[in-house]
Amino acid sequence: MSGYHGAPATNASEAADWSTGRVIQTNLRAVLGRAYPRVIGLTREPSWLFFEIFLPFLAVSAFVFVYRALEAPEEFIGFVVLGGAMTSFWLNVVWMMAAQFYWEKDQGNLELYFTAPMHLMSVLAGMAIGGLVMTSSRALAVIGIGSVLYGVTYDIQQPFLLAGVFLLTMIPLYGMGMLFASLFLLWGREAFHLAQLLQEPIYFLGGVNFPLRAIGPIAGVVMATLPLGVGLDAMRQLAFAGSGVEGVLPVGPEILILIAMGVVFLVSARLALGYLEFLARREGRLTLRWQ
Amino acid sequence: MPDELAIHARGVTRVYKAKPDPVTALGGVDLDVEPGEYFGLLGPNGAGKTTLIKILTTLLLPTSGTAKVAGFDVVHETAKIRRVINMVAGGEQSGYGLLTVREQLWMFSQFYGLPTREGWRRVDELIEITGLTEQRQQKVRTLSTGQRQKLNFARGLLNDPWVLFLDEPTLGLDVAAARDLREHTLSWKAAAPGRTLLLTTHYMVEAEQLCDRIAIVDRGKILALGTPEELRRRVQAESIFRLELDRLPQNGGIAGIAALPGVVSAVRADEEMADGAASDRVALKVALADDSALTSVVTAVAERGSHLVGLAKSEPSLEDVFVELVGRGFGDEDGDQEPAA
Repeated sequence: MSGYHGAPATNASEAADWSTGRVIQTNLRAVLGRAYPRVIGLTREPSWLFFEIFLPFLAVSAFVFVYRALEAPEEFIGFVVLGGAMTSFWLNVVWMMAAQFYWEKDQGNLELYFTAPMHLMSVLAGMAIGGLVMTSSRALAVIGIGSVLYGVTYDIQQPFLLAGVFLLTMIPLYGMGMLFASLFLLWGREAFHLAQLLQEPIYFLGGVNFPLRAIGPIAGVVMATLPLGVGLDAMRQLAFAGSGVEGVLPVGPEILILIAMGVVFLVSARLALGYLEFLARREGRLTLRWQ
Repeated sequence: MPDELAIHARGVTRVYKAKPDPVTALGGVDLDVEPGEYFGLLGPNGAGKTTLIKILTTLLLPTSGTAKVAGFDVVHETAKIRRVINMVAGGEQSGYGLLTVREQLWMFSQFYGLPTREGWRRVDELIEITGLTEQRQQKVRTLSTGQRQKLNFARGLLNDPWVLFLDEPTLGLDVAAARDLREHTLSWKAAAPGRTLLLTTHYMVEAEQLCDRIAIVDRGKILALGTPEELRRRVQAESIFRLELDRLPQNGGIAGIAALPGVVSAVRADEEMADGAASDRVALKVALADDSALTSVVTAVAERGSHLVGLAKSEPSLEDVFVELVGRGFGDEDGDQEPAA
């Protein structure tokens, strides 16, 4: 047996002495590495076309026909299509971010992530970016098919602002997923139930199928807690600007709320991750398969 | 610090909270492993081997005591340790089944910060060395157990670790796959000075075949530590040889042989005849203070009119050592010391 090469450093101490640049590069590469399986999964599992596009589209269609039967304003059809697309991101956050560390632990990946010379936030960021790319394709498919099939007319006067609001929504949304990833592992022995618990309320609290203003004072709670609800409310105002649609708040304050939520969720995720790692090492559980 | 120990542990304990009582998985381990050593932790399930590996790989904090890997403290210098170690466990199912072998290794190479081109080069190199060339584009989920473990081993070498931890790496592998893996570990170690391996295993033969030194561990304590030869010597100070002769020696017979310098004892051991057939043959069990006395024994046998038909050295196994130290065999352990809750 031959072919194994010698290590380039002359001793272990030298090999462990990394520059700040190398630390940053390693973490950026870790983001890329962890995003890769999610992005490549698009081409490996064609069944997602059915489960991730066709099935959600049926749910969207049901609300379209309800609004048509009630002769609701035409922009409501657009609200539902947009809401259906944005729901994909929520489901991705709940199942592929929040519950992910739990699955990773079962597979034995979490141990390897902990022992690799990168920060775990890089793994979470990789999951988020990979999930964002993967889900964007699904969301675009729902919007495209829904818009064509049901004749949705958009009135976008500020396309860059709309794109910006979308991205601003994704930061706290996936930041929330990063936070939940640690919390699921800390709280739950069964991530499946926790994920289910988070999945259903969003259809009501997020206003995904109706204008958020309709739920009255509860909308205030949404404004303070749910990035998806805030972002969706702002995006609807920007996507159907000419129809005179009113949001819970004007777009400007909602943008500020999204920025604040982004900071809060990312910082919280970082703190929760630090606590998780400390607890995992102290208690001897959470990361280890035999626990 | 070129002369820094690869692993240094003093008084390392680990107590798990459990009901009704806390469980002590490690009860004060002292251990020094030199750079370049292939060191084995041999013990039954629940002995505390995996707990020690988890502490050394920064996954667990010791309850008390100090431990260093490559000179870095496992509590306070985790980042530096993680840059120079890697770990491969038996039965590992890490990674993602939808990726190909090549992609999976590349993904892990990114966690160690290998530049893209260097990462792919290293991945292809390790695929070839570990004999996974035919499977390189195969999805990980379709690999056999043996192939899977080769992949895990390749993953463990991606960063050219200085200290490689192998936790029961051949668990569940068939004979050929286990042999391949063992050979790979030896080849990798031999390829560059300073590469250190810490192996946990409950396979005696594996520890004996691979390790420069072995610590026998049970119930969280190191019971004995030394080279395989030193450990065997603990239970058997003399060299025991079994001689098969065509006839009984004349001129003083067995007593004359027993009286030779360097011979501790010589007794008939016909019941231990290897083939149990030749009725006129005799077997002698000769205990020597030193192997060098064997020459005079063989000469004395010839001088007494007997011909040597067979000669074998009787070696105590590591299991004998374990039984001697613990008072029970590997199969008699009381269950896992690591709590399930």
